[in-house]
Amino acid sequence: MATRIYIPQDSAAVSVGADDVAETLVQKSAHRGLKVDLVRNGSRGLYWLEPMVEVETDGGRIAYGPVSPEDIEPLLDSGLLEGSDCALCLGPTSDIAYLKSQQRFTFSRAGIGDPLCIDNYRQLQGFAGLEQALSMSAQGIVDEVKASGLRGRGGAAFPCGIKWQTVLDAGDAGNNNQQQKYIVCNADEGDSGTFADRLLMEADPYALIEGMTIAALAVGADQGFIYLRSEYPAAANILSKALTTAGQHNYIGDNILGSGKNFDIELRIGAGAYICGEETALLESLEGKRGVVRAKPPLPALQGLFGKPTVVNNVLSLATVPAIIAQGADVYAQLGCEKSRGTLVIQLAGNIKQGGLIELPFGSTLEHLLESFGQSSLSGRPIKAVQVGGPLGAYIPKQQWQTPLDYEAFARIGAMLGHGGVVVFDDSVDMSAQARFAMEFCAIESCGKCTPCRLGSTRGVEVIDRIRSDQDSENNLLLLKDLCDTMEAASLCAMGGMTPFPVRSAVEYFPEDFSGKQSGAKP
Amino acid sequence: MNQQDVQLEAIIAELKQKPGALLPVLHRVQTQLGYISPTAQALIAKGLNLSTAEIHGVVSFYEDFKTEPGAKHTLQICRAEACQSVGGRQLEQHLKNQLGIEYHQATKDNQLQLEPVYCLGNCACAPSIKFDQKIHGRVTIDLADRLIKSVTNCAEADS
Repeated sequence: MATRIYIPQDSAAVSVGADDVAETLVQKSAHRGLKVDLVRNGSRGLYWLEPMVEVETDGGRIAYGPVSPEDIEPLLDSGLLEGSDCALCLGPTSDIAYLKSQQRFTFSRAGIGDPLCIDNYRQLQGFAGLEQALSMSAQGIVDEVKASGLRGRGGAAFPCGIKWQTVLDAGDAGNNNQQQKYIVCNADEGDSGTFADRLLMEADPYALIEGMTIAALAVGADQGFIYLRSEYPAAANILSKALTTAGQHNYIGDNILGSGKNFDIELRIGAGAYICGEETALLESLEGKRGVVRAKPPLPALQGLFGKPTVVNNVLSLATVPAIIAQGADVYAQLGCEKSRGTLVIQLAGNIKQGGLIELPFGSTLEHLLESFGQSSLSGRPIKAVQVGGPLGAYIPKQQWQTPLDYEAFARIGAMLGHGGVVVFDDSVDMSAQARFAMEFCAIESCGKCTPCRLGSTRGVEVIDRIRSDQDSENNLLLLKDLCDTMEAASLCAMGGMTPFPVRSAVEYFPEDFSGKQSGAKP
Repeated sequence: MNQQDVQLEAIIAELKQKPGALLPVLHRVQTQLGYISPTAQALIAKGLNLSTAEIHGVVSFYEDFKTEPGAKHTLQICRAEACQSVGGRQLEQHLKNQLGIEYHQATKDNQLQLEPVYCLGNCACAPSIKFDQKIHGRVTIDLADRLIKSVTNCAEADS
């Protein structure tokens, strides 16, 4: 009988050689007359172990990693196909501490099977949420999402249920069925340090499709769009195949599972503009225009895509909904702390020994993540700063690593959780260079609509350059502070409004890096 | 009509019924023809009943859309924070020095174009680059050198 082997097709695993490992394994085992049934699964998110090879045995799946093509021969020699305990063996996958100490809710299926196998998805409770939702009223679904406490996982953390209620109630109340409404999935995951959306779309695409379909039933939409960034070609490939298969099985399309309800999803690809992750810029882009931010109000929930009521939700928000509906809002709501209910998906990245995806109930701490999961810096040097929440997130110094990971606690220290990206820097980092980069990035990616963002960011780079070359540093630091206040208060969206977060935190917690001693340092 | 115009007309005819068809049309044109020339922009404007100014506005807004043929290969270097934390800045500087070009420029033999990218979603396997369609993670200077030398002679000899 053929031995089943799993090697991820996830793009990060492939970036470190998973395709070569798979090809070598197939060749070498054929050469030895060994029968192998190779499954290209999604990633479990244990990225420092990629490419990770799993072997199915009577005692469950045994993991090996990180495996290079050169390791295949010796591994076969020492009994890889029997799951033997040899070099690179990590033991049973489910016992790996990094995975075992997580609480996977949104990512419960990630890495288990072939992402496109719809039978596999069904076996793992897939479409149970949709089937449940088809038996509920629209208001019933919205109430369940409200009761779960689910908040937008894109970063803004707005309660999903309230957004859905607004869209459900939008339009002519007596004539609700006639009102065109849309579901838009924001898959423009541009923040540095984040890859959870990508991992989910590559590992469990049907969960997103199911979540969007439930959202459509909840608000009365019949058309959905996934706006995916062009930097994710592997996700695009998997999603487009998953959409076709879901349509063939009637989970989307006309008369879904015989319910009389219709909902179609179209995949749209972005074109390399970070600002299109901002929901109104994203809508403009979907309409075929420049990705320029809209003033709010009107809210997209009332006048969104093509002026119609629109739900715009992040990939993770939508992909969490099926399990909430299937298992009940209480199961989700009892996790977490304060007003942050459920699980937080952390992406641990940068200069860290064990980088990867970590799903835990809200309320953990950075210290716990860095020590228990990350196991200190990759370089072996002391960790100096941690940027949380992407390029618009604050740099957090060691004295704040005890702050509970929940939305409000982070807001209280002038930081944000955002989409859960955690980027680690060791003590070789120059924080004035990082502050400069925050302004430079804003200048490059600003849509240009409002002055504080468009011009403030360029002036910000210039002011920081003067500080770094010790030109009247004291006054220039005051000027920088003033500029940050203006950008925060007067920008139209989070791009200009939050670029001050990394800048201010760098100045406040690492003043020694702004002493002008960086003279001559390259920007 | 020349062959390129025929291709353009076919793309427009196929996609123009989509709501907000412009980005899908531009992507398809770039995939099939390599870039979006001013002539192509004029045809797209006519086909979608938009002004050429609107087309120009959109094409010039998005980083992905090119208006002239590029070099044979493209090397994108991730400039974002996660890559910076593990040597991305040094890698970037090294490649610029080796190739003798800055971002948005091509080598003299027009074999390789250097472009920045802000996050490939590969942040736990940083630093990352994208060489044509393939993403490489945990990139070392060695690996990057091998990649560029496989396509261009403009890289300086090992220093």
